Amino acid sequence: MAWFKREDQKLPVGEQVNRVPEGLWIKCTGCREIIYRKDVLQNASVCPKCAFHFRITARERLELLFDGPYEEFDRELASADPLKFRDTKAYASRLKDGQEKTGGKDALVSASGKLDNRDVLICAMEYGFIGGSMGVVVGEKITRATERAMSTRAPLIVVSCSGGARMMEGALSLMQMAKISSALARLDDAKIPFISVLTDPTTGGVTASFAMLGDLNIAEPGALIGFAGPRVIEQTIRQKLPEGFQRSEFLLTHGMIDAVVDRREMKASIARSLRLFLN
Amino acid sequence: MPELDFEAPFAEGLKRLTELRAYRGDPGKEREAAILKAQLDKDRREVYANLTSWQRTLVARHGNRPYTLDYIGALLTDFMEVKGDRRFADDPAIICGFGMFSGRPVCVIGHQKGRDTKAKIHRNFGMPKPEGYRKAMRVMRMAEKFGRPIITFVDTPGAYPGLDAEERGQAEAIAFNLREMAKLTVPVIVTVVGEGGSGGALAIAVGNRVNMLENSVYSVITPEGCASILWRDAAKAPEAAKAMKVAAPDMKALGLIDDIIEEPPGGAHSDHDATFDSVRKVLARQLGELSGKSVKELLDERYDKFRAMGRLGQDLVVS
Ligand SMILES: [Zn+2]
Repeated sequence: MAWFKREDQKLPVGEQVNRVPEGLWIKCTGCREIIYRKDVLQNASVCPKCAFHFRITARERLELLFDGPYEEFDRELASADPLKFRDTKAYASRLKDGQEKTGGKDALVSASGKLDNRDVLICAMEYGFIGGSMGVVVGEKITRATERAMSTRAPLIVVSCSGGARMMEGALSLMQMAKISSALARLDDAKIPFISVLTDPTTGGVTASFAMLGDLNIAEPGALIGFAGPRVIEQTIRQKLPEGFQRSEFLLTHGMIDAVVDRREMKASIARSLRLFLN
Repeated sequence: MPELDFEAPFAEGLKRLTELRAYRGDPGKEREAAILKAQLDKDRREVYANLTSWQRTLVARHGNRPYTLDYIGALLTDFMEVKGDRRFADDPAIICGFGMFSGRPVCVIGHQKGRDTKAKIHRNFGMPKPEGYRKAMRVMRMAEKFGRPIITFVDTPGAYPGLDAEERGQAEAIAFNLREMAKLTVPVIVTVVGEGGSGGALAIAVGNRVNMLENSVYSVITPEGCASILWRDAAKAPEAAKAMKVAAPDMKALGLIDDIIEEPPGGAHSDHDATFDSVRKVLARQLGELSGKSVKELLDERYDKFRAMGRLGQDLVVS
């Protein structure tokens, strides 16, 4: 076994190795230093040397944010492949692969529990499941979580990590943007806090719906956040994009997010905002 | 417009029809024209009824299809355009305004494409920037303030994917409209007249009624975009269009739209007046249906409509 996995440096933006690689020692995607893998994992999957944020799973996310145990909802909701979609591969088999890889039925985990001793609902997207894409199941789960937040008056937190709407469910995926946003309109009217946490990457129909609709939009450092993907933009304008374009810090400068917060501070940051909004 | 190869068989007949129509007042020629027209209509209707999803996409993009300003010109009187988002700029890719529709004042919002090269560039090919969506919301709120129903015409390849659009918050502008349209206290009637391109279309399409013209399309991504990602080959767009089920009958079957508005036998581009009549009838009926509703009914019906999308039946499995 190699000391660390080799990594292709030629991969385009947004496609580098963002998961913590396998191996006893790993090479950090951010600083390229060789670090002890366990040190990264014990540090919320953040590089202890350069603070590069490795991508984490939806369940790891929930564990970082909840005080302790949480109750998962709608765990059994699965896509019925409504279009019987097939490209070079059948969507049904992509679903099956995603399920085997992540242990979940689709690209989002929805749960309730305590955060800073306060009842909250948290939805976390799972990038490992077809790129965290949003189809009917993701749309339905976030909408149900929003409705649950309404009925229990618990704040809603959604952690995005997604390439956008899922092509394999066609316009059904697109309409989830309107469905979730309509539910968020009611949550907004009911004066219940909604905090959107944007992580790498958050693009397309996810950004263009709930991820931008938080009372607070909080991003992890260095996350790719945007509507159109960088390659599509480069093709449209036929020029190279500036350094840092569509990264969290860029969005902060342009007024689209409230704060860039280190993952290790995220829970405390959310807790403080809820105290300031609700007590 | 030579782009539609399935129309080639009718070219000869259509040419002859134009010739015959030059002899107005000649009963023999007029009778021949009527017979020819009936035959052409029958043949074209048959061809159009069997178009593939990709062919419909091409029809939806046809350069002679009526655009928002054409509908405004035909269906409204006293039109007053309203411009600017009061924040950054006016976006010519979205038209907003007020006018009289069948004797009643309405608000109209629609994507606008250009017909010649200069107009295409001016309208940015119907691809709005954030200021377009923000203008639309400003005007929709004005419609709410003055109690005017809102009619929208959807026809865009998608929101503009450019550097400046990203800087000014394209995603936020669309998201904001989705949420705020859900709150509008006046009737909202949406008609997809050409291309319903993804979030850029949806940002003016959260309505109490959602219609599609018979040959319009609605999709989560352009067939070319889908093909280049999933097939890694943009030339597979016809396959992608089919797989994504972008055509109006598919959208109706999926429960995502209310009404399909019939087009003339040769498509909307072949006969604008017949298209306007068809659209006018549906809008008048729906305005009538919605005008008697209370604010609560309007809000609840709009919510329930989108809430149900993909919620029931076979689209979800609980295993
Ligand atoms: Zn590092």
